[in-house]
Amino acid sequence: MTSNLIDKLDYDATFDCVQCGFCLPSCPTYLTMKEEKHSPRGRINLVKYAVEGKVTLKDLEEAIDLCLGCRQCETVCPTDVKYGDIYESAVEVLREKRNKKLDTRIMSLFLERNYMLDIMYQGLKLYHTPLISTVINKTKALDVLPERLGNMAAILPPVKKEKTQTQNPFRTKKITVGFFRGCMMDAFFSNINDLAIKILQAHDIQVVEIKQQTCCGALQHHAGEMEKSKKLAKLNIEALEKYDVDYYVNAIGGCGASLIEYDHLLRDDESWKARAEKFVGKVRDISVILDNINLNLDIPINIKATYQPSCHLQNVQHVFNEPEKIIQRIKGLDYKVLPEKDICCGSAGIYNIVNYDASMDILDRKMSHVKEVEPQLIITSNPGCHLQMLLGVKKEGLEENIKVKHIVEVVAEACGIR
Amino acid sequence: MEELYKALKKQLDDGRVSIEVADLSSYSFDASFGEYMPDIICQPMSTEEVVHIVKLCNEYDVPIYPRGSGTSLSGGPLAVHGGLVLDFSRWDNDITVYENDLMMEVSPGVITEKIHKVAESYGLMYPPDPSSSRISTIGGNLAENAGGPRCLKYGVTKDYVVGLEVVTANGDVIHCGGCTVKNVTGYDMTKLIVGSEGTLGIITKATLQLIPKPIDTKTAMLQFDDFITSGKAVSKILRSGILPSKIEIMDKYCVDAVLSTHPIENITADSESLLLVELDGHPLALEAEMKIIEETCASLPGCKMIIAQDEQQASELWEVRKLVSPAIVKFGPTKISEDTSVPISQIPAFFEEIERIRQAYDLNLVVFGHAGDGNLHPNIIIDKRKPEEMKRAEKAVAEIFKASLKLGGTLSGEHGIGLFKKPFMYNEFDEAGMKFMKDVKQALDPNNRLNPGKIFPDENERFVLVHDE
Repeated sequence: MTSNLIDKLDYDATFDCVQCGFCLPSCPTYLTMKEEKHSPRGRINLVKYAVEGKVTLKDLEEAIDLCLGCRQCETVCPTDVKYGDIYESAVEVLREKRNKKLDTRIMSLFLERNYMLDIMYQGLKLYHTPLISTVINKTKALDVLPERLGNMAAILPPVKKEKTQTQNPFRTKKITVGFFRGCMMDAFFSNINDLAIKILQAHDIQVVEIKQQTCCGALQHHAGEMEKSKKLAKLNIEALEKYDVDYYVNAIGGCGASLIEYDHLLRDDESWKARAEKFVGKVRDISVILDNINLNLDIPINIKATYQPSCHLQNVQHVFNEPEKIIQRIKGLDYKVLPEKDICCGSAGIYNIVNYDASMDILDRKMSHVKEVEPQLIITSNPGCHLQMLLGVKKEGLEENIKVKHIVEVVAEACGIR
Repeated sequence: MEELYKALKKQLDDGRVSIEVADLSSYSFDASFGEYMPDIICQPMSTEEVVHIVKLCNEYDVPIYPRGSGTSLSGGPLAVHGGLVLDFSRWDNDITVYENDLMMEVSPGVITEKIHKVAESYGLMYPPDPSSSRISTIGGNLAENAGGPRCLKYGVTKDYVVGLEVVTANGDVIHCGGCTVKNVTGYDMTKLIVGSEGTLGIITKATLQLIPKPIDTKTAMLQFDDFITSGKAVSKILRSGILPSKIEIMDKYCVDAVLSTHPIENITADSESLLLVELDGHPLALEAEMKIIEETCASLPGCKMIIAQDEQQASELWEVRKLVSPAIVKFGPTKISEDTSVPISQIPAFFEEIERIRQAYDLNLVVFGHAGDGNLHPNIIIDKRKPEEMKRAEKAVAEIFKASLKLGGTLSGEHGIGLFKKPFMYNEFDEAGMKFMKDVKQALDPNNRLNPGKIFPDENERFVLVHDE
């Protein structure tokens, strides 16, 4: 068994690493744990050693499990090492080697079934009704949950779901886009999706509802469940192909990264390769679209703000400057750069639940930088980062002083869109 | 070893000692080609802890290998005889600035870039700027006497160390130098320890000299039809009365590799050689000095000069140099990055030798480096999974050093000797010279406890070129 599994590790890609160490200061786990095995260079070496029989798969586990998969190391690598491929191969091999973790199983259960998402949504809605949340808080019902889940539950935003009217599927405007709502995003932050659609419509862009869209497959992908990710990718490609749209727009750094790599995911599938490439060519983050249109940013927002980029928006989608360019166009807004902004906040899918302590160490480092800047607002571009920053603000007791908003919410406010 | 581990754990019980395979593997390599599995990893965070570790290692007769971020290209921190790797990268936060004295005191794990930033925040500068400064620790820089592009004008690491705290092989703590620039009391042990590659003592604190930060910089790029002229240009610029802060050189293979992946405006692919010149100082002086360089180079045949008009243009020109490393690995996955220095007047002759070696061994061999101080980096790009190609590369490396020494050069400009260049030591030093160095080592570390297997070739290694047959 082991020898077959070992064959699946991306040994060839490890040779591209010249061990220069340029990745070390970009890696959140190396910065907080200060151990080589928790650096990209260390992980690449361990994968190589595993294939060479110098270490076992067991020796690999901790290092791979604690990687956030933020891929900032790819962005800074001077020799263009495909860390994502090496990491992915290790995750897949380790998943096959052991039983799936409970957390992952629950996640897939939720994400593959739309009705489960609805249940989750209803549950959240219930939690946020004044009576229930008072009861829960008074009885300390959340305390029975492990610390990690209790803390996460406590920061979940009030759920507000009113389906925005999208437009008919026939092209009536010069620019037509299909909107990708995402699962977690639509459960926790559907208002942000709604605002994004309203902004696009207000700026003469036709938004088409892609009814058959499903989960992007990112979490399954990160858990090493490649077959499930491929299945979801094909469903999404099929869904979009039915419509005459210019772009497939989303406001979710992580999901967008998953969508934009469908061509890579399906690279060995001849019948899907070309379709995936065409799909990928249409995927755009909302910030790229907003940066390219003449936004009516008429209303000043007099506030000191900073921006925490989404790793996957930057390191996978390669959207580096657009969000900041938009933020800097907003009247009255005093933009301050967050030190180490390019370092992951520690959210990373369900990392902050399954690796709670490691995630909180990374968050503490992030919050120390936030405290240096003293913003009144942290702007995000991905629901995972958004929740993590809310948690960070709460942990520091700064809820009164610092708000957390998605860039779409800030733009909507500046455009007078509600 | 188990007993040493238990003894160490008593003092460093918060996860800073490890014998786990994943940890040992992670400290079994650096940025060179060596792979040596240590037996224990220790991450000290104070001088007292280092003393404790050294004493325990003496008790259990275990060798010690000090290590920074593992960016060494010469195998400096590798545990070639097994034993304990002393990883200083966690002790990275002790920095005290004495701004009125223009001095800074640092712990060995402080990242060099942090030193640059802190110095700059006081309007000062720490001049040594190794290309790895974003990652490398000051301890590693001190051990290897690191250099960088700015060394032309300002000198290397050892020129900015005025005092050290050192743990000796028997666990004593000594202080050498002090906190004054001028200090001629007794032997200059500071300069002896710096560059000794961790073989004479373990640095636990360093006092660094800072200088006023130059107000501005100005950059020019010179393109040449042939590399001999570019070599001559270096001497000509330096004799014109101007001392640039940097003069970097790249051969046509580097330039081609960069331009094939990143076309850059104004730079033509037909250049045989390219120089980047940076001046620093007062803006008014920079204008006048650049004019002198322009006039000096105007008489050189086939020389085209671009002077950057602003900071953005300057960084575009420097981009070419920055892209060399990533661009050349397109030739293959394995990069043998060598380091040698030759007298400036011999740069053209050295380039000719490199071209000859390139052809003789049919290798992707490129050269770039710090031409202003003659410190050049021949790089061979191969695939280490191909033994035959490796063999040719090994022979080529030996020839490169032979050529450099023949021209009056040296084995290492800034990477150190470490593990990989020790077989060539007798090519540079004679018997008496080597004995003198060995005597020093013997006197300070009689049990060969500190970083054994480095600098000095073994008996059977003496006249044999590495891996040569």
